[in-house]
Amino acid sequence: MTMPITAEMMYVIPELALLALACLVLVCDVFSTDENKPLTYWLAQVSLVVVIILVICLNPDARISVFNQHFILDPLSTVLKVTVCAASVIVFLFSYHYFKTRGQLQGEYFVIGLFAVLGMLVMISAYSMLTVYLGLELMSLSLYAMVAMNRESGTASEAAMKYFVLGALASGLLLYGISILYGLSGTLVLPELAGYISSHSGSRIALTFGLVFVVVGIAFKLGAVPFHTWLPDVYEGSPTAVTLFLASAPKVAAFAMAVRLLIDGLQPLHVDWQGMLIILSVLSMAAGNIIAISQTNIKRMLAYSAIAHAGFLILGILPGLETGAGATYAAALFYVISYVIMSLGAFGFIILSGSADHEADQLTDFKGFAEFNPWFAFIMLLFMFSLAGVPPFLGFWAKWFVIKEVIAIGYIWLAILAVIFSVVGAYYYLRIVKLMYFDQPDTMPAIGAGMQVRLMISFNGLALLILGFVPGELIRICTTVLMG
Amino acid sequence: MLQSLPILSLLVWAPILGGAVVLCAGDRMRDSVKLFALLVSLFALLLSILLYLRFDTATVLMQFVEYSEWISTFNINYHLGVDGISVPLIMLTTFTTVLVVIAGWVVIEARLSQYLASFLILEGLMNGVFVSMDAILFYFFWEAMLIPMFLIIGVWGGPRRVYATIKFFLYTFLGSVFMLVALLYLYSKMGSFYILDLYRLPLSLEAQKWIFIAFLLAFAVKVPMWPVHTWLPDAHVEAPTGGSVILAAIMLKMGGYGFIRFSLPITPDASAALANFMIVLSLIAIVYIGFVALVQQDMKKLIAYSSVSHMGFVTLGFFIVFSLINQSGPGTDAVMGLAGGMMQMISHGLISAALFLCVGVMYDRVHSRQITDYGGVANTMPVFASFMMLFAMANAGLPGTSGFVGEFLVILSSFHANAWIAVAAATVLVLGAAYTLWMYKRVIFGGVANERVAGLQDVSLRETLFLALLAGAVLLLGLWPAPLLELMETTLNHLAQHISQSKII
Repeated sequence: MTMPITAEMMYVIPELALLALACLVLVCDVFSTDENKPLTYWLAQVSLVVVIILVICLNPDARISVFNQHFILDPLSTVLKVTVCAASVIVFLFSYHYFKTRGQLQGEYFVIGLFAVLGMLVMISAYSMLTVYLGLELMSLSLYAMVAMNRESGTASEAAMKYFVLGALASGLLLYGISILYGLSGTLVLPELAGYISSHSGSRIALTFGLVFVVVGIAFKLGAVPFHTWLPDVYEGSPTAVTLFLASAPKVAAFAMAVRLLIDGLQPLHVDWQGMLIILSVLSMAAGNIIAISQTNIKRMLAYSAIAHAGFLILGILPGLETGAGATYAAALFYVISYVIMSLGAFGFIILSGSADHEADQLTDFKGFAEFNPWFAFIMLLFMFSLAGVPPFLGFWAKWFVIKEVIAIGYIWLAILAVIFSVVGAYYYLRIVKLMYFDQPDTMPAIGAGMQVRLMISFNGLALLILGFVPGELIRICTTVLMG
Repeated sequence: MLQSLPILSLLVWAPILGGAVVLCAGDRMRDSVKLFALLVSLFALLLSILLYLRFDTATVLMQFVEYSEWISTFNINYHLGVDGISVPLIMLTTFTTVLVVIAGWVVIEARLSQYLASFLILEGLMNGVFVSMDAILFYFFWEAMLIPMFLIIGVWGGPRRVYATIKFFLYTFLGSVFMLVALLYLYSKMGSFYILDLYRLPLSLEAQKWIFIAFLLAFAVKVPMWPVHTWLPDAHVEAPTGGSVILAAIMLKMGGYGFIRFSLPITPDASAALANFMIVLSLIAIVYIGFVALVQQDMKKLIAYSSVSHMGFVTLGFFIVFSLINQSGPGTDAVMGLAGGMMQMISHGLISAALFLCVGVMYDRVHSRQITDYGGVANTMPVFASFMMLFAMANAGLPGTSGFVGEFLVILSSFHANAWIAVAAATVLVLGAAYTLWMYKRVIFGGVANERVAGLQDVSLRETLFLALLAGAVLLLGLWPAPLLELMETTLNHLAQHISQSKII
């Protein structure tokens, strides 16, 4: 089915709108004289909301691919795009407050942030290896710049440099894998690639060779062991607001990249990549959870926790589309959405408890927190227990769902390993609760954050609790969008 | 109106919502907060009495069933129901919570509203465990329960509270996750989490054994059985009095309840095959831990070890059933073993709660739990000494107290199975008497040991109230256990029938 190009343009309206709005924000920022950049900030937020509305309006019932199948719209992409944009709205809210109180507010932050979001949207809708790569690079380059935003900070520059070098290496490996696959199949479009592999009867060594590089590229972006080394340094070195961004929306995009490439494009090599993912996931859960225990910096601790969660997420991708066993990667989709909500809360809490002259990023900063701020200590308690996967919070259902699907495809030993590492992980989350509730404070921690940040954090924490009691609807959405 | 009252939902959610209200009220209005918490716990107690009165002992079906869809994608439902096994445990829970609220009345200074809220929320979650008919709902409450207990021990506990509470949490969490894997495996075979559906699911012996072991890890940690009992002395010793009471009276019963609700009916063949292994573990707990209790210097630790030893009777009663079924079918003897185990759970709930409260009464005055810091308490606290005498005797299994009934039933049914098991189990009567009465003698009798003991005030009206309530319950069940046994009889008969039939495909 071919459509006239103007009709095809219809389907990329959200992306086009975001591009236009990002440019508009850039121009407005240049002419804005107010130190606090309220215009830039609000315009950026409005842009994201507009995109969310457009995405929802364009939600298709079934898969629609346009531009010679380089771009796809399906219910999955709608869910992921809404998640990315909504997460970015929250990130911008926290960041605005964070940079304003520190006098580091730059309008470019929001512009670059919007471009990063644009990259993510392209990744989510990518249906060919070329589009995946374009989206990925747009996102990554924007993120490198965001990490390096604060030129004065040595650690931020170091983090940006590491992120850039390793990220570029990862992109290079991914590109190499893509070029091998392209060379073999003669096509960039993912379903055509899948068709080629299924009909290909000879040796698969070359295909597997290409696959390995693709998997490595994905593992880099998800932060899975052994391709995780950039992650703790970047999380720690970046300004907390940027860490918050890195830890939320790009995870969704990386997930989208993984399922598009592995499931839409390389499903016929399922057996091969399943084995690779198992290794990545077990290593990530083990290393992430164990190394996190010895951290004293909460951003670093949460970075290792992110690695462990990436392991769980990868576990959720394992079933692929084995509909025969009644299992799909819906669990991974549910997991990534849940993780983004929890991660926003946990990093947001660091922003909430810090102030202009004090970055609350050491574990000891949280000693006796419950004494003076019982409400926010309680909210953090929700985040920690949810990340640990204890009911009645959303995090429990995320883990539950993944384990259920892993058992459904017969990997009981893997499920057992996963739950054991969850228990290991519970230790360092409990330690935060212990610091807040059981220890005496050294100094009186004051909350400098404004009302918006306070409300957002509270809302975020209560959402975990409420979704923990009624996860049914979210689970239903995650399972039905994959049916189409 | 009264007929359509959703009693079970109210039992779960009324305390949780009450706890949330208490939490929000904060510490500004201490007196009204306390009163409100007491009213909520009394309301739950009334509900459980209503439950008892309207419970039909003639049917084996689940009663007071409530059903609505929860997560329809995976056929997980909000499905509540009770039978003769859960009702006594619910009553024990609501009764104990009232006692705990009264016991904390003037003792807790710091963060009072959080303290009361934790206990109320905990009560709701524990009731949730006992009324869930959906395995995932059960797991949901089972795990959520850890959070308030973690905070209770960690915030209001003794000097080593942090170590104790993290150990408690991780230990029980580790056990429970294996149960989750087993439940999900069962779901992958059955497509349902409804517990009664799982009872009907045929399974190969090998699968049953693996599932049994997964359940065992979860329940054995909770009971706790030797050798996974080591969290218990730490948690009990460091927890505040109320925490110790709830731990001993109810949390430990969760393990026993799990065996009788999940392990026995879902994996009857594996339970039968591994019954001897379980009996050996139970006997080790009864005898070896009994000796360990004998040498304790700390009163709370002594009672904690005594709990492990007494809970050995529960598992012994549950698993001796299989050799009785082999010998004479699922008749009176087998049911007696099950009934003995259940009886022992209820009775131990009351007695250990009472003993922990007694230690709490002394601790509030002297701030020491060491036996050597006491001596001659009878001289200054005669009323207290007589109460404690009763509870010590009950712990030793004196006829006329509830402690006797359960132990007697279990020993009797063991005797039918194998006389040597009965002999080994009966040593607990000697050992229990030895460690309890020896502790009692050193603490209560003799000359006044030091000035602090000389200055002791006897129990206040509030303390008399909770001790008298417990004393009444211990005597009532000891002298007239028939109502409780009748309550459970039909269900246990049915259970014995069910587990005597093989599920092997």
